[in-house]
Amino acid sequence: MTAPAPDTLASTAAPGRRGAPAAPRRRRPGAARWLVLLAFGVFFLLPLFAMLEFSTRQAGGRSFAAWRAIVQDPDLVSAITISLELAALTVVGMLLLVVPVATWVHLRLPHLRRPIEFICLLPLTIPAIVLVVGIAPIYAWVTYLLGDSPLTLAFVYVILVLPYAYRAIDNGLGAIDLRTLAEAARSLGAAWPTVLARVVVPNIRGALVSASFLSVALVLGEFTLASLLNFNNLQVTINLLGKRDAPVSVAVSLAALLLAFVLLLMLSYVGRRRGSSGVTEEG
Amino acid sequence: MTAPQPATTAAPGPASSGTGRRRSGRIVPYLAVTPFLLYVTVFLLYPTLIVVAGAFTDDANRPTVTTLRVLTDGVYLRAFARSIELSAVTAAVGAVLGALLAWAVSSGPPDGPLRRGVMAAAGVLAQFGGVTLAFAFIATIGLSGFATVFLRDHLGIDLFTGGVWLFDLPGLMLVYTYFQIPLMVLVFLPALDGLRPQWREAVESLGGSGWEYWRYVAGPVLLPAFLGAALLLFANAFSAYATAAALVSQGSPIVPLKIRGFLTSEVILGQQNLGKALGFGMVVVVAVVMALYALLQRRAARWLR
Amino acid sequence: MGYLELREIKKSFGGVLALDGLNLDLAAGELVSLLGPSGCGKTTALRIVAGFEAADQGRVVVDGKDITGVPANRRDMGMVFQAYSLFPNMTALGNIQFGLRLRDVPTSSRKQRAAELLELVGLVAHSAKYPHQLSGGQQQRVALARALAIQPKILLLDEPLSALDAKVRVTLRDEIRRIQSELGITTLFVTHDQEEALALSDRVGVMSEGRVEQLDTPARVYREPATPFVAQFVGVTNALAGVADGDAVLVDGHRLPASGAAGHPRGAAIRLIVRPEEIRLRPDDGSIPGALPGMILTQSFLGPVMRLTLRLESQDGQLLRVDVPSREAEQHAPGSRVAVELAARSPIVVPA
Repeated sequence: MTAPAPDTLASTAAPGRRGAPAAPRRRRPGAARWLVLLAFGVFFLLPLFAMLEFSTRQAGGRSFAAWRAIVQDPDLVSAITISLELAALTVVGMLLLVVPVATWVHLRLPHLRRPIEFICLLPLTIPAIVLVVGIAPIYAWVTYLLGDSPLTLAFVYVILVLPYAYRAIDNGLGAIDLRTLAEAARSLGAAWPTVLARVVVPNIRGALVSASFLSVALVLGEFTLASLLNFNNLQVTINLLGKRDAPVSVAVSLAALLLAFVLLLMLSYVGRRRGSSGVTEEG
Repeated sequence: MTAPQPATTAAPGPASSGTGRRRSGRIVPYLAVTPFLLYVTVFLLYPTLIVVAGAFTDDANRPTVTTLRVLTDGVYLRAFARSIELSAVTAAVGAVLGALLAWAVSSGPPDGPLRRGVMAAAGVLAQFGGVTLAFAFIATIGLSGFATVFLRDHLGIDLFTGGVWLFDLPGLMLVYTYFQIPLMVLVFLPALDGLRPQWREAVESLGGSGWEYWRYVAGPVLLPAFLGAALLLFANAFSAYATAAALVSQGSPIVPLKIRGFLTSEVILGQQNLGKALGFGMVVVVAVVMALYALLQRRAARWLR
Repeated sequence: MGYLELREIKKSFGGVLALDGLNLDLAAGELVSLLGPSGCGKTTALRIVAGFEAADQGRVVVDGKDITGVPANRRDMGMVFQAYSLFPNMTALGNIQFGLRLRDVPTSSRKQRAAELLELVGLVAHSAKYPHQLSGGQQQRVALARALAIQPKILLLDEPLSALDAKVRVTLRDEIRRIQSELGITTLFVTHDQEEALALSDRVGVMSEGRVEQLDTPARVYREPATPFVAQFVGVTNALAGVADGDAVLVDGHRLPASGAAGHPRGAAIRLIVRPEEIRLRPDDGSIPGALPGMILTQSFLGPVMRLTLRLESQDGQLLRVDVPSREAEQHAPGSRVAVELAARSPIVVPA
């Protein structure tokens, strides 16, 4: 007897707030807002612009020599390569470590959720500068066993990305109906590794991408542990370069910042597309 | 005359064909978690333990509190004081300015390019910064920085009449603010998103003005989130190392740089564990701040769901 | 001249016309519902009355005074939103008192008035609870009390029951009606649920695409729909295709009496709109004039009535829904053939 239910009203506000009616947006004082944005824009863009200016100075004009030197300086190139390799290793390590644990906590070990969340948040409470003091003896062992390649930093980098990675993957698992999917797969005869690989992973792709991007950004920007454990990654090399050849170090700093910006911008598009979409009832 | 069959109900969960499978089904999840726990123990918990234990040990490896007591000595106490001052000031400034910027961003479309761009930029500056930010500021207001030169040549203002402050605490404050504001935006924006438009409209329908809305509703509702975010900023500044390491090459005004001193220079006999004691002190401060933050977060979540 | 009037309201959002010359008038103390599908403009109309949106053209008049340009916080109207409108940092009592606080009412009178209202909505025991501790229905009661605390001239309700469970919806709906008539406050109520609108209102305004198609009492909207849209939106309907023939309609050669056909040129293609309870079934012996032969397919027990689905032999086997009193159900078993007759009251005839 009742009229058909209206379509699920699209929430114009932040995701996650289902059920809020769509109110036509009110016109707020636009002038004040744009003034604020402009002021902050200038404040934040000024140093970036200054970096561009600084790195292109030359007697009597502008030159991109410092920028070209980025790919010509062997130390810098090797540091960039090492940082990229470290980023890849860290992402792999993070995925191998976090995905199974997060999945099991959701499926079978809900009582371990609190302790594991606490552990994953610990790296935020233990500053890197303190961690490095305690980890130095451990790394003495690591380099003894595996040689002194900077790639061994990946071990501790996985720990550093743990808070962000666990939260992203945990949220991703929470957004899908994991229990139902796993039970469906099991009832069709899948063994647990298959469930993980074929059912869980494809459905949390967005969260995995998110965790990976954040890890890459963190690794590329890491300085404390690398420098105090005497490894030469990107940031350490930039720092050393600063004393030797300022324009090049400023150029590569700006390049690194821009690269990280593009990375995170791409992340914001991936994240939205695969965001949690509830099932809407029709009719 | 057959005996009635006992009713059997299927057990929930994956079918088990006997006690063997059921028992292994209970162990397997724990087995899967063990590598994770082992890894974390080796690379996180054990190092932390080393630092904590070392703080309570003296040079002869005997448990003591004298190492810690040295922290109350002038030099180290001053370093803590300066660290706390730096963190508090940049947290306060960052919180207020960051909240303002967050408000400006939140009033726009949630999927628009402005918001995406600001969030990505905030992510970069807040977490990636370190060395690159230090260099950014050297390029801006360093001795031959763009702004320094510009002000000197065009407006006759010399930034460094009172000494080169960029490489000392005032400089640190300025550069830290540069990444504190973006961090505030990242942490506080979700809280602003949690303000429902109906609240403002309800206030208006009851006869209230915009100011009254902020005073009686939005302000109180946002306060826990704001304070929590400010605490997070404090912890962030307190723990920061890279920027300071890149800017300050002489002297160690703040605690992280003092720890650097212990790791890079020769260890003075009788003070081996002092670095660990300093580290322990840092952990205590950050842990207290984070605990308060967690409490405030819970209150904020209740109102802004 | 009504107490609340909307005159020729036009409103567009970015090129999309939401309201197209809307006219509405409410008498003092009346409860009028705006009923319509989503997108018909009913919420927009309400928000224009409240002052949250400004009309592009047209006037809003209250008690003879033009308030079109008056800002929302000076209109002296109480508003209840669909959800989430209670201030989370105040208790139920605090929420209710808020409007009075803004008007600098002294504390003791404030508290007393709030207590009165809590009693009116039946939530005295929950005065110290915070919104997150209250159920959906309780929250809406507090929202209603809060809106009434300031003794507004007009009460506006924006789908206040849509977010609640079915059972709570019905209880609360009756409460709202009781409170509204006790206080005699002029009320505008927006909903997409026609049962709600018909049960609550003194008059119902059925809206479609930015216009009010009919503004009438619930009974007249149901029994004498003014347009095809109203006929099909309110209640369940059947539609038969046919041809006008004076004071009857020709449907597949059968002549069905319908005085409404007189207004249509003879031979014009039309549709007959018939409600399930306006159809009579007679055992078929193939020769009843003015009755369409058909066969019963299914029965659905709805409590007081049994809803039958039957397939007509003509009209390409069209399905009809027919309601018969439950006690007559045995006469109409699935598979039996019947003759379909229209009840005495004239069905609506609309152009095809």
